[in-house]
Amino acid sequence: MFRGGVTGFRPKSIVSSTVSDSHTWNLIFMQLLLEEMGHEVVNIGACVPEELLADACLEHRPDLVVVSSVNGHGFNDALGLIRHLRAVPGLERIPLVVGGKLGVDGVRDVGFTRRLLNEGFDAVFAEHELGGFREFVSARGLRAVS
Amino acid sequence: MTADVDTTRPSFGDFVAAAQRNGHLVVQPRMGFGDLERMRAGLVATRAADAVSVGTLTLDSYTRTGDHEAARRALADGVKLNGYPIVARPDHETVELLDGVRDVAFPVQVRHGSSRPQDIFRTLTRLGLEATEGGPVSYCLPYSRTPLREAVDNWVESTELFAGSGADGRRPHLESFGGCMLGQLCPPSLLVAISLLEGVFFRQHGIRSVSLSYAQQIHPAQDEEAVLALRRLAVEYLPDTQWHIVFYAYMGVYPRSPRGAALLMEQAARTAVRAGAARVIVKTEAEAHRIPTVEENVRALEVSARAAETAGPPVTEAGESGVLAEARALVEAVLDIDPDIGRALPRAFERGRLDLPFCLHPDNRGQARSYIGDDGYLRWLSTGNMPIPVPVDSAVPSRLTADALLTMLHHVEQRYDRAT
Repeated sequence: MFRGGVTGFRPKSIVSSTVSDSHTWNLIFMQLLLEEMGHEVVNIGACVPEELLADACLEHRPDLVVVSSVNGHGFNDALGLIRHLRAVPGLERIPLVVGGKLGVDGVRDVGFTRRLLNEGFDAVFAEHELGGFREFVSARGLRAVS
Repeated sequence: MTADVDTTRPSFGDFVAAAQRNGHLVVQPRMGFGDLERMRAGLVATRAADAVSVGTLTLDSYTRTGDHEAARRALADGVKLNGYPIVARPDHETVELLDGVRDVAFPVQVRHGSSRPQDIFRTLTRLGLEATEGGPVSYCLPYSRTPLREAVDNWVESTELFAGSGADGRRPHLESFGGCMLGQLCPPSLLVAISLLEGVFFRQHGIRSVSLSYAQQIHPAQDEEAVLALRRLAVEYLPDTQWHIVFYAYMGVYPRSPRGAALLMEQAARTAVRAGAARVIVKTEAEAHRIPTVEENVRALEVSARAAETAGPPVTEAGESGVLAEARALVEAVLDIDPDIGRALPRAFERGRLDLPFCLHPDNRGQARSYIGDDGYLRWLSTGNMPIPVPVDSAVPSRLTADALLTMLHHVEQRYDRAT
């Protein structure tokens, strides 16, 4: 929730799962975290098809899109997702990050991270890199001052 | 060990009722394998367990989502499935699977999790399988993006088809999964209300033998109060129906240590018996780590049966944290919209008269939230538009932080792991 109410800028974020992931507690957690950083959050929920996420981005024009996945198919799903979204007119530059438990073996896959970045993600975070995520949000000026 | 049943055809509801009359808690695994031999071995081992047990066929996720072609391909290619593909398998294979295992002394329930279950119900009816579970809300909101109205229509069609299969003397039995919504952190009154409403929904569409579920939450006394509330409402709202309560061992983040996991399971069995539940769905010591083996399942069945035997006297007077009053208010708010539960449910969620905390389904309002009180009870932080008064208490946290959510999600896991 946004407190203070005196600043002129309240960032808006979209939180979303990937197409094959039905877990939601991670999405709730990310929503609360972003709200604590002063964001207005639109939480799309579980099992999100790429077209649905693209439509939501066009509708809400968020300052940040956070894709979170924990079912182990995150790397594959996110690859399809970023290719789809970056090809949609108007979404070429929208800030997009992905994180969570992205591989089945729970190990950070440097090669796959590079591929996701090359395909257009602005950042990729492993499960235990929440600090890095917070820094990313602050550095981009996406933290509301309360 | 088996219970006395006085019929010549398997009847899930009669079996559980007879066991409860004889003072036995019925124990049941959640077990499903794609491979015929493993599935058969699992059923045989469940039957042979030193407990009054019933069998389970849990279906795979392709079958659950209606992709029977993918299930058929997986069978042809020898790909491992995470459950039994009852639709994709030729009927005669399922008949052979159950032959000589399933009978009046060992009924088998089919478990799936589908919001589009028509194919599954057609198959069960064809095969003469008389027990399954689910529900229009409980198999839609937590796991799918299926619109709730569509899920209700699917479940109306399926329930009526299933009820029609009782014409030859079998008594089809349907369990509501409504007491398990989201696995954890849903206050008991809402679990009780949804379970009861789905049970009445089944009855309105012709089913005369139902079970109502409730999943173990965080405080045994609150769980006892919830099961008593559910029984009370069942007496009132299901007068001409055979019913029993099925109690689920904790569905949230499970203890990691074998001892912590066993303690939590034993607590579930004791709470179930004390509060008057007739059947329990077990969890194993491997739960936090992987899909359990048949042996681990059998051990969990026997651990639960032994714990049930030492549960102590039944509870007749529960504590009064308000579960019954809240659940009744929720049920009445839904029936006020329309006495036809199937018509009422989607409108109730639309108006926020029912509102699942932390559920992100597009048809759920999402204004309700819960928290764990200092007394260890699960409580409402906000209730949105539900007919439940907003809590006024200085001990209520003003808002839920991300860190507090994590602590809540791991509350039970850590308590039981630390107790070892």
